[in-house]
Amino acid sequence: MVEGVEQAAVPVQVRELVHAYGEHRALDRVSFQVSPGEFFGLLGPNGSGKTTLFRILSTLLAPASGQASIFGYDVAAQPDAVRSRIGIVFQSPALDDMLTVEENLRHHARLQGVPRRQRSQRVTELLTSLGLSDRRRQRVGQLSGGLKRRADLARGILHRPGLLLLDEPSAGLDPRARRDLWRTLDKLRGETGLAVMVTTHIMEEGEFCDRLAILDEGRLVAMDTPANLRAAVGGTIVTIRADKPDDLARAICEQMKIDARVLDGAVRIEHADGHALVPRLASAFASRMAAITVQIPTLEDVFVQRTGHRFEDEQAGEPS
Amino acid sequence: MNGTLAARPGLVGPVISLLEREILRFVRQRSRLISSALQPLLFWILLGTGFRASFQVPGAAAGSDYLTWSFPGILVLVILFTAVFSTISIIEDRQAGFLQAVLASPVPRLAIVLGKVFGATALALGEAGLVLLAAPLAGLPLTVSSILLTLLALAGIGLALTGIGFCMAWRMDSTQGFHMVMNLFLLPMWLLSGAFFPLAGTAPWLRLIMELNPLTYGVRAVRLALGAPAAPGDPSLTLSLGITAFFAAATLATAVLLVRTRAGGPGK
Repeated sequence: MVEGVEQAAVPVQVRELVHAYGEHRALDRVSFQVSPGEFFGLLGPNGSGKTTLFRILSTLLAPASGQASIFGYDVAAQPDAVRSRIGIVFQSPALDDMLTVEENLRHHARLQGVPRRQRSQRVTELLTSLGLSDRRRQRVGQLSGGLKRRADLARGILHRPGLLLLDEPSAGLDPRARRDLWRTLDKLRGETGLAVMVTTHIMEEGEFCDRLAILDEGRLVAMDTPANLRAAVGGTIVTIRADKPDDLARAICEQMKIDARVLDGAVRIEHADGHALVPRLASAFASRMAAITVQIPTLEDVFVQRTGHRFEDEQAGEPS
Repeated sequence: MNGTLAARPGLVGPVISLLEREILRFVRQRSRLISSALQPLLFWILLGTGFRASFQVPGAAAGSDYLTWSFPGILVLVILFTAVFSTISIIEDRQAGFLQAVLASPVPRLAIVLGKVFGATALALGEAGLVLLAAPLAGLPLTVSSILLTLLALAGIGLALTGIGFCMAWRMDSTQGFHMVMNLFLLPMWLLSGAFFPLAGTAPWLRLIMELNPLTYGVRAVRLALGAPAAPGDPSLTLSLGITAFFAAATLATAVLLVRTRAGGPGK
């Protein structure tokens, strides 16, 4: 059991996980690990298998083969040990609209087995820490999307889990509420060392994560920090707006011996160090340029490079 | 990990908590409160008055009319409406994420079934208890023992019907489907339970169905407990109560098995 002792500190350990619905392989030999206090993101379009993976880690679905463990406990063999150590925030908040914020939290505190004597204190503590104190007697059905999400987050961490699983937490949130959510998560990490695993199909949300795994058609196609993933695509992208982009692109190719293409009416150059290139371009072609920008590749570029196809953002699709 | 507050939640705490939630929800939806008691009462008054002239209770003394005869069946209809509509919320809970959170908590699966079923049965009993107060108007005098025996029979029916509702809702992902089953299965089950017309005098094939219908014995138990007109030679109160208890135990056991084997419910 030496391995078990070492594993106890690992929030998530997934090895060669496979799950299929009939012929369709939703997860194909997926392996990764989440470290204590880490924000780990699972990025993929709808149907990429991330919801299946989420349900397996939540103990709601048994994997077909492979192994998944939470703090050393196997999700299929020891579900109750896993359940008391994870907090889960589902895509759709698990709160009863007819009940007040406080009633909801007390109810779930009982279901999670928070000892009777600590229940009131814990609920008050969370309401204060998440800025919901003045809403405690309000029915959940009357809250805005952002506040409801925050109340649901409070529900998820009532029992002080070491790991929080969030499924598409930004669904239905405006950008401000989204930033607010991530700030709250960061604060919780500072206070409790909470590890967070989040699934998302929103590129910008991936940027909030320490590490990102990109899932496509059930396979893990990339896994690294967002910065490293972007860097791997290749340096920078320089875009030049010009009156005659075709002429300018040809001139740049001939005179500077770099590859310049025209895309959407602008000159596009993929270059390892675009910032150093700008002054050289400016001094040579200043009169022929209207504007010049240097961009770091986005996660969208990463996805395109790794999978060879575009990241489809189908809002209507059912998560698999 | 040292800070975790999670202990084993036990069985009783979660059951009480789920039951409380069920009652709070019900009390806050005034329309449900009113409709599930008022609708059967309305049926009773309209049908009872309408059939009064043509209906003669078989084997009973002259003067006992349909209003009196049908009252026990109306109490069972109140139970059916309240119990079934409470279990529809299982489908809504799954769509809202509430059910997933309960399933992914360390609560024993038995507690999930019992919390729902006890909650719905308590609500149904409360509603039926109110309607029971109208018994003297139906010509059925109430005594302490008749009230207690009636509530006991109704509780058994409530557990059984909620158990059936639970099993059906568990396998469905739309409330429309549930309404269909309600109309095609549960209402006919009530119609063929001796609540709406007596077994005596029906065609043999229909009588067979009615005798095989477990709800028949629930209605029979309520009828006998209330001292309402009943055909002689049918099962006794004790036997009717026994069959109802067995009916309830069977549906609850099925519900627990279903929750254990199909943790996530349908689909996905």
